[in-house]
Amino acid sequence: MDFTLTEEQAQLSDTLCRWLEKEYGFEQRRDTIASKNGTCARAWTGLSDLGLLALPVPEVLNGFGASGADMFGVMEALGKALLVEPYLATVSGIEFLKHDQDRFAGLLGQAASGVVRLACALGERQSRFDRFDVEMTTRIEGGAHVLNGRKTVVVHGAQADHLIVSARTAGNTRDPDGITLFVVPSDIRGLCRTDYRTIDGMRAADIEFANVRLPDSARLGAAGEAWPIIDAVSDYTCALLCAEAVGIMQAVNDTTLEYLKMRRQFDQPIGAYQALQHRMAELFIEVEQARSLAMLAASVARSDETSKRRHTISAAMIRVGQAATRVGQEVIQMHGGIGMSNEMQVAHYFKRLSVFGALEGDIDHHVARLARQPEFRHPD
Amino acid sequence: MNLEYDAKEQQFRKQVRSFIEANLPADLRAKVLNHKRLTREDYRKWHLILYAQGWVAPNWPREYGGAAWTPVQRHIWEEETTRAGAPNVISFGINMLGPVLMEFGTKAQKDHYLPRILNCEDWWCQGYSEPGSGSDLASLKTSAEWIEDESGAYYLVNGQKTWTTLAQHANMIFCLVRTTTSMRKQEGISFLLINMKSQGVSLRPIITLDEDHEINEVFFDNVRVPVDNLVGEENLGWTYAKYLLSHERNNVAEVGRSKRELRFLKHLAMTTPSQNGSLLDDPLFARKVALLEAEMMALEITNLRVVSSDHGNSEPGPEVSMLKIVGTEVQQRLTELMVETVGPYSLPFDVDFLEGRRETAVTGHDAAAPLTAHYLNFRKASIYGGSNEIQKNIISRMILGL
Ligand SMILES: Cc1cc2nc3c(=O)[nH]c(=O)nc-3n(C[C@H](O)[C@H](O)[C@H](O)COP(=O)(O)OP(=O)(O)OC[C@H]3O[C@@H](n4cnc5c(N)ncnc54)[C@H](O)[C@@H]3O)c2cc1C
Ligand SMILES: Cc1cc2nc3c(=O)[nH]c(=O)nc-3n(C[C@H](O)[C@H](O)[C@H](O)COP(=O)(O)OP(=O)(O)OC[C@H]3O[C@@H](n4cnc5c(N)ncnc54)[C@H](O)[C@@H]3O)c2cc1C
Repeated sequence: MDFTLTEEQAQLSDTLCRWLEKEYGFEQRRDTIASKNGTCARAWTGLSDLGLLALPVPEVLNGFGASGADMFGVMEALGKALLVEPYLATVSGIEFLKHDQDRFAGLLGQAASGVVRLACALGERQSRFDRFDVEMTTRIEGGAHVLNGRKTVVVHGAQADHLIVSARTAGNTRDPDGITLFVVPSDIRGLCRTDYRTIDGMRAADIEFANVRLPDSARLGAAGEAWPIIDAVSDYTCALLCAEAVGIMQAVNDTTLEYLKMRRQFDQPIGAYQALQHRMAELFIEVEQARSLAMLAASVARSDETSKRRHTISAAMIRVGQAATRVGQEVIQMHGGIGMSNEMQVAHYFKRLSVFGALEGDIDHHVARLARQPEFRHPD
Repeated sequence: MNLEYDAKEQQFRKQVRSFIEANLPADLRAKVLNHKRLTREDYRKWHLILYAQGWVAPNWPREYGGAAWTPVQRHIWEEETTRAGAPNVISFGINMLGPVLMEFGTKAQKDHYLPRILNCEDWWCQGYSEPGSGSDLASLKTSAEWIEDESGAYYLVNGQKTWTTLAQHANMIFCLVRTTTSMRKQEGISFLLINMKSQGVSLRPIITLDEDHEINEVFFDNVRVPVDNLVGEENLGWTYAKYLLSHERNNVAEVGRSKRELRFLKHLAMTTPSQNGSLLDDPLFARKVALLEAEMMALEITNLRVVSSDHGNSEPGPEVSMLKIVGTEVQQRLTELMVETVGPYSLPFDVDFLEGRRETAVTGHDAAAPLTAHYLNFRKASIYGGSNEIQKNIISRMILGL
């Protein structure tokens, strides 16, 4: 058992942190958010030059074949910097493509070099966090797959060159069987996008598919058998989100601690008051407890032991989710009035922490999922 | 980063497991698993089994008869023994006094006391707290006056200790006593070993709210203590006390026990009918258990992070305060949920059953009978060993620098 980062992992995360400090400061980020696309070409190139996009791509396709544990330090660093670029969406997309590596070798190569950006279009109006709840249809017509339906809150959907899309080939709305995945170029005919900002400074889109025609080469994996892939990639994404949240919480705790030492009221630093000391101590514990499960999640992120993986990932989403809410709310409170100002970085950390549960499932969703696993039902 | 146990560690776990299977007496196991009260003989029995195997002191170096296991091995050991329902080894001698003597004791003290700790000839208790000195331990008043008369030199001890755990079983007590009043309060304290059979030592039981006799008051009335029983230097006792406390916090998270209790809780809930099938199928109840399970998983990993960063034999740092807080909160939450699980059967208070005078519970089921008493008793966990509020003070001062 070993909790230290390997030399390579530590080196990468150091280099990345230095780069982010220099090239991705708070003001740079603010300009990006305010820009038309909500992403910064220079930053994207920078990330790509650092090898970040090639990281999860298999070595045979010129990637680095990074493990979940390798990604931990990276996501932590990106969390600290509150990156708004479509990195996580692209990485999740890469994870999908890897499930049909031969067919999508070309696209994987392009993703690795930063030429294309990806997004995952899985959620629908009725589906909430159940990714098997798919109404979008596809039928075969003249040798082509024809997609009809609507995906909603596709994070970074507006910025992606290719979308990973789930559609139903058989079964009822909530059947795990009968779902098929497609890789869809975002400029294809019949696809209509509505773009918008998200509360945490990113971009997302609702996407309408009206008779979108795809060749069979756009199909990812076997027809009707996409659910295990979706489930696995979603777990992988969860693990990355947990690591990111830990990075944010660490950063915002550090900032708040500095503030408690510096801000004086009633003739002393407010950090001299035990009421605040104990709350800060509790936040310290929140982050360490969350970090522990985020590390565990990273280590099982790609495990084939499906139910054990689900159990662990859901536990991490529960515990990190609780910490994200508590830390976010408390740091604003401890900053007093100034915490309410959008000019303060702490406000932006808070916003990102606040969306944690909305991305890959909130606490109730993961509690229910955890409680369905054999590990929960049959303690040995 | 690799969160799997390596092959050597897995091998060690197997070895431990088969040892326990072969050696843990079934009656002890049953008592522990069912939250019944243990007698002095129960504790001794298991202690001596481990002694015979050379495993009674996992944290001690080999030269003193310890097993010299790594922190991760100790974690595995703790996990496996508690999982199987083995009693705790009483920690006062092994975990607390032993390390202090090794570090600060004279050769004669080590030669005399360490083997007697291992073979259970001495049962130690801890005389720190006093009625006026709890969290503010350094304010303690029990005095030890250096006297020289025709019979030679000795300390004359007067005062009172309280909350002394299992002192009724002990023949020895290590005490913090005041040897000078003229200095800063931390500086006038000394660390003294006192024979409980000495003239002038008396005990009074304190019955806890679960009607158990676990703690005591200890009175010292002109007790003569040989000067050889001073550990280290006079007036430096506070340093040794802090060193000891850092060892007291060894295994403070009690992850192994909590894992066992969680399994117990789930079995209980799965055999408790509810409208949805079993209580564990009830979404509201399952939610509470699932939240706790996530907290425990995080605790387990946090604990491993702390112990495995404890390079070699250095003292555990202030992070241990975090383990104390979370560990005890988890323990207490488990006891709460157990009581909730058995519902009306949490009402009967069956002392005869608890203390083994009757084989089966007066009503309900045997697993349910001890649970409320257990819940009541476990309120202690966030108080003793430095209350959780004091642990937060330690975190904010030592880690956060506030
Ligand atoms: C939306 C908004 C509207 C407002 N409107 C008005 C207005 O119309 N007019 C006006 O005059 N003011 C207004 N205020 C200011 C408001 O009254 C102050 O923000 C408030 O009094 C807190 O002071 P502070 O922001 O300086 O925080 P600080 O005093 O710096 O406090 C920071 C943190 O430390 C805590 N703290 C401070 N001292 C102690 C202590 N002794 N013990 C324990 N904790 C302590 C605080 O509770 C807080 O959590 C407004 C503020 C906001 C956010
Ligand atoms: C079952 C049990 C077994 C024990 N066994 C032993 C033993 O074997 N040997 C031994 O020496 N002692 C033993 N103790 C004593 C134990 O260490 C003390 O009870 C503990 O240190 C707390 O002290 P106190 O009880 O005097 O509480 P107090 O110090 O009076 O504290 C009362 C409350 O005030 C809070 N408080 C105190 N100071 C502060 C502060 N600065 N900031 C915020 N909150 C504060 C405390 O957290 C607590 O909630 C045992 C106690 C129990 C309950």
